[in-house]
Amino acid sequence: MTATIDAPATGPTFMQVSGARKVKDRIATVLVYLSFAVAVIPLVWVVYTVLVRGLGATLSATWFTESLSGLLGRDPGGGAYHAILGTLLQGVVCAIISVPIGIMVGIYLVEYGGNSRLAKTTTFMVDILTGVPSIVAALFVYAVWIAIFGLPRSAFAVSLALVLLMVPVVVRTTEELLKIVPTDLREASYALGIPKWRTITKVVIPTALSGILTGVMLALARVMGETAPVLLLVAYAPFINTNIFEGNMASLPLMMYVERNNPTAAGTDRIWGAAVTLILIIALFNVLATVLSKYFAVKTK
Amino acid sequence: MAKRLDLKDVDIYYGKFHAVAGVTLSVPPRSITAFIGPSGCGKSTVLRTLNRMHEVIPGATVDGQVLLDGEDIYATSVDPVSVRRTIGMVFQRPNPFPTMSIRDNVVAGLKLMGVSDKKKLDELAERSLRGANLWNEVKDRLDKPGGGISGGQQQRLCIARAIAVQPDVLLMDEPCSALDPISTLAIEDLMSELKKEYTIVIVTHNMQQAARVSDQTGFFNLRATGEPGKLVEIDDTEKMFSKPSEKATEDYISGRFG
Repeated sequence: MTATIDAPATGPTFMQVSGARKVKDRIATVLVYLSFAVAVIPLVWVVYTVLVRGLGATLSATWFTESLSGLLGRDPGGGAYHAILGTLLQGVVCAIISVPIGIMVGIYLVEYGGNSRLAKTTTFMVDILTGVPSIVAALFVYAVWIAIFGLPRSAFAVSLALVLLMVPVVVRTTEELLKIVPTDLREASYALGIPKWRTITKVVIPTALSGILTGVMLALARVMGETAPVLLLVAYAPFINTNIFEGNMASLPLMMYVERNNPTAAGTDRIWGAAVTLILIIALFNVLATVLSKYFAVKTK
Repeated sequence: MAKRLDLKDVDIYYGKFHAVAGVTLSVPPRSITAFIGPSGCGKSTVLRTLNRMHEVIPGATVDGQVLLDGEDIYATSVDPVSVRRTIGMVFQRPNPFPTMSIRDNVVAGLKLMGVSDKKKLDELAERSLRGANLWNEVKDRLDKPGGGISGGQQQRLCIARAIAVQPDVLLMDEPCSALDPISTLAIEDLMSELKKEYTIVIVTHNMQQAARVSDQTGFFNLRATGEPGKLVEIDDTEKMFSKPSEKATEDYISGRFG
C-alpha cells in the first residue's frame, strides 16, 4: 500500500528522445557528411593527379632556376623560372596598382560616401565589375591598350586586365572590414581632437588591417592563376624577360597552354610541372595571408 | 585651465526631428554638473553638443549659442577639431584603441597631433595615468594592449587619454553605467580629484551618483514621445535632491515618476 502512496501522480519530468527525432538526426548527419565528401573528393583528386604527374618535373635540379631558353620541344631539362618570374611580376604590378585604388575606394564608401548618389553608383559599378569574366576584362584592355592606343602586347597589358579583376575584390574586402570597426573608436578619436583623416589612417585602418591584408593576398592568389588575359595580351617567350613594357613574357598558365602543342614527353612534363608550381605559389600566398593576418590581428594579451 | 560653459537658448535637431528645445544653463569652472532624466529626454544629446561631437551624426544641427568663457564654439570661423581638443569626452562604454598599447592609448591624442618627443610623451603618459588613478595598476605593463585590462581599468584608461590632451572641460556620458560598484567608486573618487583642475559635466542614470559627486544638477524631461526634450530645472545638487522647485523633478527623484 505504501508503494502506491509514494508513487508520483504524474510521469517523470524528462522525456526520452523520440523515435522521429532520432531518425531526423540520422538523416541530417548522413546528408552533412555526404555533402562534405562530395565537396572534398574532387579537390583531393585534382591535387593528387597534378602532384603525381607534375611533381617529378618540379623536383628536377633546374626547374626553379632555369628557363627553357635554347631547348627544343623534345629536349628534357630546363625549368619554369621564366614563367614563375612572369607570373609573379604580372601579379605584383597588378597589386601595386589595385591595392591603393581598391583601399581608397573602400575608405571613400565607408567613411565619406554615406548615402550619396556617387557612393551608391560606385557600389553598383563595383558589383558589376565583380561579375565581369576575365576574358571580357582582357578584351577590354586589348581594345583600349592595343587597338585604340596602338601600344604593343606586353606583360603590363596583362597586369592592367588583372587590375580590373582585382580592384572590385579589394574594394569589397576593405568596405566590409571598415564597416565592422566600431563607431565608438572613431568617436573616441574625434573627441581627442584628432582630425578625421588621421582618425582613418591611425585608428580605423590599423584596426581593420589584418583582414584587409588577408583579402588582398587571397585576391592576388586568385588573379595570378587567370589565363584569359595572358592568352590575349602577351605572347609566350621560353626565355627570361623582366621588361614588363616590351617583348614576350611567359607565365605559368601561358606555359601550360603553349606546351599543350608539344606532343613529346618533355612537353607533358612541363605542363604538369607548371600546374604543380602554380598551385604551390597560390598555396604559398594563402599561407602568407594567414601569417600576415595573425601578425596584424588586434591583440588583447 | 578650467573654463566656464554657458548655453543660451540651445535647440538641437536630427534632420527635421526637434530633439531638444530651449536649453539655457551655466556650468561654472572647477565644479561637477550632473544631467539626470529619463531615457530619450536629450541629456546625452545636449552633452554631445558641448564639444561638437553631435555633428558627427549626419543631419544633426544646433541653434543657439554655446559659449566657452564667452567664445562661441559654433561660430563659423571655429574648427570643430580645435573645440574637441579643448573640451574632452569620456563615453559610456570604455573604448580604448585596440591596436595600441596602454601607453600609446594615453598619448594617442598628442601623438596623432604630431608630438613625437619620446621623453615628453613618457612623462605625459605617467602624469595622466597617475591623474586617472591607474598608474600603480598598469606601470609594469605599459606595452601591453589597451584592450587587455578590466572594464573599470579601461574606463580609467579612457579618462587618462582624455586628460592627456589637457582639455579645459571634461564631458562624461554615463561613464560608470558599464562598470561594477567598485570600479564606479574608483571613478567617482577620480572625478572629485579632477574637479580641482577641470570643469566636468556628467550624464548619469544613477541619481545617487549625481547626489554623491555633483555640485549642481540639471533635470531633463520630455512631455511625450516625439516632443522635444527640455531642461526642467537646474540648481545646486543639495537643493535639487531636498526641495526642488518643480513638481516633475520631485516626482522623478523620489521615484514617483510616470
